[in-house]
Amino acid sequence: MTAALVAKNLVVVRGSTTLLNDVSLEVSAGELVAVLGPNGAGKSTLLGAVAGDFPLTSGSVTLNGSNIDKLAPNDLARVRAVLPQQISISFPFTVREIVAMGRSPWRDTNDTMRIDAAMQRLDVTALQERVYQTLSVGEQARVSMARVLAQDTPLLLLDEPTAGFDIGQQERFLAIARSLVDEGRGVVAVLHDLNVAMRFATRVVVIHEGRCVASGDPQSVLTPALLSDVYHQKIQVTTTAEGRSVILPEHQ
Amino acid sequence: MTIARRTSIFAVGVFLLALLLATTLLSLAFGAFRIALPDLLRIIGTGPNGDALDAVAHNVFWQVRLPRVVLAMLVGSSLAVAGVIMQGVFRNPLAEPATVGVSAGAAVGAVIAIIVGLNAFPLGVQLAAFIGGTLSTALVYLLSRSDGKTEVVTMILTGIAINAFAGAVIGFGIFVADDDELRSVTFWSLGTLGLATWNAVGVVAPLALLGILISTKFSRVLDILALGDRPASHLGVRVEPVRLQAIAVVGLLASSAVAATGIIAFVGLLVPHIMRIVLGPRHRHLLWTSALLGATVTLLADLAARTLLSPAELPLGVVTALIGAPFFLLLLRSTRRSQGGWA
Repeated sequence: MTAALVAKNLVVVRGSTTLLNDVSLEVSAGELVAVLGPNGAGKSTLLGAVAGDFPLTSGSVTLNGSNIDKLAPNDLARVRAVLPQQISISFPFTVREIVAMGRSPWRDTNDTMRIDAAMQRLDVTALQERVYQTLSVGEQARVSMARVLAQDTPLLLLDEPTAGFDIGQQERFLAIARSLVDEGRGVVAVLHDLNVAMRFATRVVVIHEGRCVASGDPQSVLTPALLSDVYHQKIQVTTTAEGRSVILPEHQ
Repeated sequence: MTIARRTSIFAVGVFLLALLLATTLLSLAFGAFRIALPDLLRIIGTGPNGDALDAVAHNVFWQVRLPRVVLAMLVGSSLAVAGVIMQGVFRNPLAEPATVGVSAGAAVGAVIAIIVGLNAFPLGVQLAAFIGGTLSTALVYLLSRSDGKTEVVTMILTGIAINAFAGAVIGFGIFVADDDELRSVTFWSLGTLGLATWNAVGVVAPLALLGILISTKFSRVLDILALGDRPASHLGVRVEPVRLQAIAVVGLLASSAVAATGIIAFVGLLVPHIMRIVLGPRHRHLLWTSALLGATVTLLADLAARTLLSPAELPLGVVTALIGAPFFLLLLRSTRRSQGGWA
């Protein structure tokens, strides 16, 4: 049930644009790694490269020691699951049918126990007979996450999993992500909210213009100097009375 | 209505089988020459070489009516299953062999084969139809996809272009054909079961059954493709190879159907749509129930073609287009609404 993901010196070039330039990433069991950076920095490209979505210009991605290019797609799907940013589903599948698709790599779409558990965890059990297209954006996101959980993989790659969530949903979602890590899974999540990353990530990786500019534990990496530089915006980090760090943009 | 209602698959299966049986009996009994039910049962009971008490009825049944009914079932099932697979692969409920030009492509292949004399070879015309059909499937697929999605507008417009091209080739075929060829060429463009023989059944049956059998292998993957290409690949599906295989199966089914009967439009559109409303979109049951309903619908349409203007006979393709085209318009409107307009 452990997965060690090692991505070494990833380079992705499309046409004349270098999307990723020599980025490395390691994730082991029990880690929640947050990938941060401004829009267009290459965060989703990094996640896609690690997921094996497209060929790399150079570099390698290994899972538990084996190169993902050498793994059969179905074997890979038993080790890592991916939550894409947004998906549009054709045909009126129900929530339950979609979550059950997560069991497909295991040829086990009737595994009621795992499907029920995944739906319960994301609080979509009440929606299970509803047609996916009739749900709100937030509900759809939770259903997609339930599908990813039903896949029951040791490694999860999540691309902006909390986009479109309100603050309560976001907290509940991150508690789920945390519990996945406590189960010994490895989680990589592209996040936009720096405060969320500060509180929940065991490690952060900051991507800027296709390069990894910093990585390490959130407290020491997310400094005003680095953030102000990366986001082109003066940013301050303050500490609350309870000793929690809060990241805020400075007044102009 | 946001709760999906799904009818029990057992009830649907029994109903579809009963409907097919009833339609088959009706189709066997009615036509230019009417065979009463007791006679029908007696003729079936005595077998093809049995006593010819009523020689005419006996011959009509074994040499004309039965091959026609069997061919209608095979062609209807093939077209409906081809429609299911195509819609799954294109992720679009408007895809269908005839509307996107696959049938026309197959007809072009067949017409060219007739003109150059390939019909002298066994299976020559069918092979040419298969090549034409598969090529046009691949063409529509390549032209109407961008960023892993099939654009409805591009797909339909590609279909229009292929159909126009096919119309021109068939028109040219009519222009250069001699009388004998002329009859077979018009037959491809209109679609009819009027030339059904046991020979035709013998050619279509293995191809149709093979195609339908292979299609069941795709049921799991077609479900997952509904999530989109990337999510499907994350679930272990080899998206591109699977899609190419599925398109080849569509080519096989649609082309063998067209090779036997010419272009019969809209069966592949209407039937999967109805079954999806009744059973939901899961392909495991969608495929075989669509095969049953496709057979029934085609039998009914052919029965109408034979009896409405009896003793004259309407081309079957004309009947299915009369019913199917308005339905296609309705479906187009609702798809457009769900996609928020195509402007």
